Amino acid sequence: MTTVNMTVNGKKVSADVAPNTLLVQFIRENLRLTGTHVGCDTSQCGACTVHVDGDSVKSCTMLAVQADGAEVTTIEGLAKNGELHPMQAAFKENHGLQCGFCTPGMIMSAVDLVKRNPNPSEETIRTELEGNICRCTGYHNIVKSVKAAAENMGG
Amino acid sequence: MSVENGIGASVRRKEDQRFITGNGHYLDDINRVGQAYGYFLRSPYAFAKIKNIDLSAAKAAPGVVDIFTGADMVADGIGGLICGWGITSKDGSPHNAPPHNSLAVDAVRHVGDQVAFVIAESLQQAKDAAELIEVDYEVLTPVTNISKALDSGAPQIHDEAPGNLCYDWELGDKAAVDAAFANAAHVSKIDVVNNRLSPNPMEPRAALGEYDAGSGELTLHTTSQNPHVARLIMSAFLGIAPENKLRVIAPDVGGGFGSKIFVYAEETTTIWAARKINRPVKWTADRSEAFLTDAHGRDHVTHAELATDSDGKILAFRVSTQANMGAYLSTFASAVPTYLYGTLLSGQYKIPSIYCEVQAGFTNTTPVDAYRGAGRPEATYVVERMMDTAARDLKMDPTEFRLKNFIQPDAYPYETPVIMTYDSGDYPLAMNMAKDMIDYNGFAARKAQSEANGKIRGIGVAAYIEACGIAPSAAVGSLGAGVGLWESAEVRFNPTGSVTVFTGSHSHGQGHETTFAQIISDKLGVPIESVEVVHGDTSKVPFGMGTYGSRSLAVGGSAIVKAIDKIVEKSKKIAAHLMEASVEDIEHEHGVFSVAGTDKKLTMGEIAFAAYVPHNYPADLEPGMAENAFYDPLNFTFPAGTHIAEVEIDPATGVVDIVDWAAADDFGNIINPMIVEGQVHGGVAQGIGQALLEGVVYDDESGQLLTGSYMDYCMPRADDLPSFRIATTNTPCPSNPLGVKGCGEAGAIAAPAALMNAIVNALGKDIDMPATPEKVWRAINSN
Ligand code: FES
Ligand code: FES
Repeated sequence: MTTVNMTVNGKKVSADVAPNTLLVQFIRENLRLTGTHVGCDTSQCGACTVHVDGDSVKSCTMLAVQADGAEVTTIEGLAKNGELHPMQAAFKENHGLQCGFCTPGMIMSAVDLVKRNPNPSEETIRTELEGNICRCTGYHNIVKSVKAAAENMGG
Repeated sequence: MSVENGIGASVRRKEDQRFITGNGHYLDDINRVGQAYGYFLRSPYAFAKIKNIDLSAAKAAPGVVDIFTGADMVADGIGGLICGWGITSKDGSPHNAPPHNSLAVDAVRHVGDQVAFVIAESLQQAKDAAELIEVDYEVLTPVTNISKALDSGAPQIHDEAPGNLCYDWELGDKAAVDAAFANAAHVSKIDVVNNRLSPNPMEPRAALGEYDAGSGELTLHTTSQNPHVARLIMSAFLGIAPENKLRVIAPDVGGGFGSKIFVYAEETTTIWAARKINRPVKWTADRSEAFLTDAHGRDHVTHAELATDSDGKILAFRVSTQANMGAYLSTFASAVPTYLYGTLLSGQYKIPSIYCEVQAGFTNTTPVDAYRGAGRPEATYVVERMMDTAARDLKMDPTEFRLKNFIQPDAYPYETPVIMTYDSGDYPLAMNMAKDMIDYNGFAARKAQSEANGKIRGIGVAAYIEACGIAPSAAVGSLGAGVGLWESAEVRFNPTGSVTVFTGSHSHGQGHETTFAQIISDKLGVPIESVEVVHGDTSKVPFGMGTYGSRSLAVGGSAIVKAIDKIVEKSKKIAAHLMEASVEDIEHEHGVFSVAGTDKKLTMGEIAFAAYVPHNYPADLEPGMAENAFYDPLNFTFPAGTHIAEVEIDPATGVVDIVDWAAADDFGNIINPMIVEGQVHGGVAQGIGQALLEGVVYDDESGQLLTGSYMDYCMPRADDLPSFRIATTNTPCPSNPLGVKGCGEAGAIAAPAALMNAIVNALGKDIDMPATPEKVWRAINSN
């Protein structure tokens, strides 16, 4: 067992975990933050995407101990004071989700995408979201959501 | 008067709030105190006899609670998994449905077949213990390809299915077709393969079983599209528990596309084991297990011939298909290549006679069952590839050939030679609309431009039809279905005026919580925020047949309308009493009840309150305001339309770039256009996936699954797809009270044919799905 300390959604957390515990397991099982999903076992789908020190990371691809001391934001931490993040609002407004399973990861990736590309073209959005699989939407309305959010975020 | 958030409005979805904030409750998010973890030991071989299983070392491993094998389930009297639709072969014999045990008993028949269920305190301990199980296999030669499996001399997979045959079925008038072919001016022929697909909802299947020793009740939380059907099958056929002692809950479900209709081994074993160990047991598939065990889709090999006269009119159509059922017959597998396929072979066309024969057989592969469209994409693919081939043979423009042979808008009801009665539609309208959207007539100029840039351009059309709103119980019963396909609903007013709607439909992405609430809002004037839609729990919902075959709105929505009608009828009596008028004089519109010719009126909320606080109330009327309805559809619905794809191919790489997509669909009336568009996008994306990227591949010799992860099975990603242009033509469906037809599967049905026709148009030669860059490049560089 190894002790890990990190700040998740602004709260300090600490736990003893087996050294092979994945960050996603730590988030889902230890912290019971189940908005971060697991959709594959080969780091392909992006359902598990969270922010580690501000960058989007597939949390199934990182050990919990590697995030020791980090600031982690999950989908549950994106809305502030009951206000949806513009990306969350845009997904709802533009029907960017259907079953919702890919959505937390998709939104976390999209937030990072817009941070790095404040005014993304459709092509940029499609290329950047290549690591997130959605089986429901055909991506059409996801692209639309990200575009709309980027505009609202003042890109 | 129209209602805010009523029928026809693109209401933003009520369910989204929880999903975008990470507060959904998918199955793996649910945990119980004291829960143990289950893990399946699976067969590494495609075909083998099990000579012995030694559990001794595994049972002694740390954390192990118990380990079960097939023998334990059999000893407990648990029956095998069933197929609920009986198909009759040409010779009158019933189809062969060999035994399908949840845990293998004496043999394994595909890679991933369940051998043992290990339960431990943690998942890791269960996995570690599974490695200690010693299975003595006698490995046999497998067969994975359907044509080879049906050949004489192929390995025999089940004693109960000689020649690996499940059934040899036919539909239509063979003699009439033969006569028409004999006199035809032209005969066109095609051979097509409909590639095997893995459905891949993003949430893997999972189950959480609980047993209450006090009440004797079992509760199964499961990723299901139809929890009542799961309960029915598990009770009546498997003997897990009587229906009144088995509760099945399908919480938020992360996509299904058909694959979560079926009753599988894992869910069955999990709930059975929960009682055996008297503890909650949880099993969650990883993606590899999903590839190995979620029922696959399609896998047809077809030869088809079309007879035409000298004028380009279709005379007759002949189709012969081999369908791969996989290693066992899954829950509805037998119906897919027969009554969901052969019956759609008339497409949108006036075809005097059609004959179709289907041989379905077993192979050492994952079972195949309904996947988005189920039989109808296969039919559309055959029909629409055929139409393009015939047009090419006749040197006609493919849209002109189609327009010439379409069933005309004044021909309804139209009876096809393959037992369907189309009820409404306007096929020329949709085709012309799609042509305008994509500027079909300007294609030649664009092609020349591409050529100047060293690219090859192609355009392809698919005019599809599907039978949805599944299904009239009497009709499907006469064709072999073991169940009725009605739907139920309860509309319950709470005393303070809010409404809870219980539906037997199940939403796993379709947005029922919004669409169904819109119906209530519209018809009863209740603000949409005050309507709650409850689904997916056999203890809450009266009964239900679930969601598949684009049936939720046409059948489930119609059940809600019937319940609303009862609410209105009762409310009129209460209103008449309260306003001292006669019932005949009460008029109702959007939840306002008024006395004709006066300004007296009462709202639905006031009446509901009176029904629960009946101080001044009609003497002969029951208090309360909740009504139940069951709705059995009168006919299938027939969504139809035209999709046109335009592609540009780079001859240097073989990469197909979809440069434009136009869809004109007829879904009848539309409740929420935003949701309908989303369904089309998703369906088209899956269809494009089938045509360009996806395909389940088995190694011929070993029977190993070669496409068992997202590294090998190519899922459509954002950068593989274009944006889509979509529009609708709306001819209301005459056979249900909402006039709706269903929209969930259309895209997946239309897209593969449209896209492959575009690629064939570009290349000038036939090519099979998936049209990967390698295949396209080889086609370009071969003679
Ligand atoms: S679960 Fe992390 S990428 Fe799929
Ligand atoms: S919304 Fe279902 S996977 Fe994206």
